[in-house]
Amino acid sequence: MSHEQQRWQHDFELPSERGSSRIVLDELLSQLGRFGWEQSDIFGVHLAAEEAIVNAILHGNQLDRSKMVRVTCEVSPRHVRLQVTDEGPGFKPETVPDCTREDRLDMPGGRGLLLMRSFMTTIEYNDRGNSVVLEKDLDAPPASPDDDDADEAVQDSADTNAEGSA
Amino acid sequence: MSQYRRIDVSKTGDVILVRFQDKKILDESMIEEFGAELFGLVDLDNRKAILLNFDGVEFLGSAALGKLITLDRKVKSHKGRLKLSNICPEILEVFQVTKLNRVFDIRDGEAEALAAF
Repeated sequence: MSHEQQRWQHDFELPSERGSSRIVLDELLSQLGRFGWEQSDIFGVHLAAEEAIVNAILHGNQLDRSKMVRVTCEVSPRHVRLQVTDEGPGFKPETVPDCTREDRLDMPGGRGLLLMRSFMTTIEYNDRGNSVVLEKDLDAPPASPDDDDADEAVQDSADTNAEGSA
Repeated sequence: MSQYRRIDVSKTGDVILVRFQDKKILDESMIEEFGAELFGLVDLDNRKAILLNFDGVEFLGSAALGKLITLDRKVKSHKGRLKLSNICPEILEVFQVTKLNRVFDIRDGEAEALAAF
């Protein structure tokens, strides 16, 4: 594979409607396969990307078709970077309740951020909270059980829209 | 048995056995149908023992998890029992990460799950 072929990058602009994540995911998964990623790692990227994009569509842009979701993808043999940006007001991920608490386990929603954090190496929101960068680095050391990120409370605003998003 | 689009339904003894037609339980519209058909098993058909066999299912995200949680609540409100089986390792990790393996009764295989009812 030539140097130019060792990295794939594409920008997408998605309408804020149900199912539009497919536009990104079909291509992203195809590229991950082309770069030789294993199915177990592809699963994690797929899951995190789906959660991030659906959150942007449903909660960030509130399914407003006049608002778009921008997704930037970069794939290489050992690294993937996704940036998902909506046009909504944003939110503060650090203020979220822990969806793994006993009293929240039977809530239908609120797990998207936890899944994103669990299956990617890093995720980082901008200050406004309407743009998230997710990265998976196959050469990164596995997170330790005591990692603060593992215990950090997560939520997407689905808590107030749990039945609808589920 | 009723006709379903997302699930295949059969009966083994007193247990309703559900398998999934879709490898990837993903689209919003698919998930709504998926949820409605599962809930219907409890609401309309008054099933008390339900086994969801996930053989062949390669992907499900948090929206589908939400439907399963709602289904679990419905089954329990009808004094029924719900079990899950044949979950692939990647999806099992999703249940573990979210600690939903504490909510659902998850078994390795169908035979083991049926025997546990």
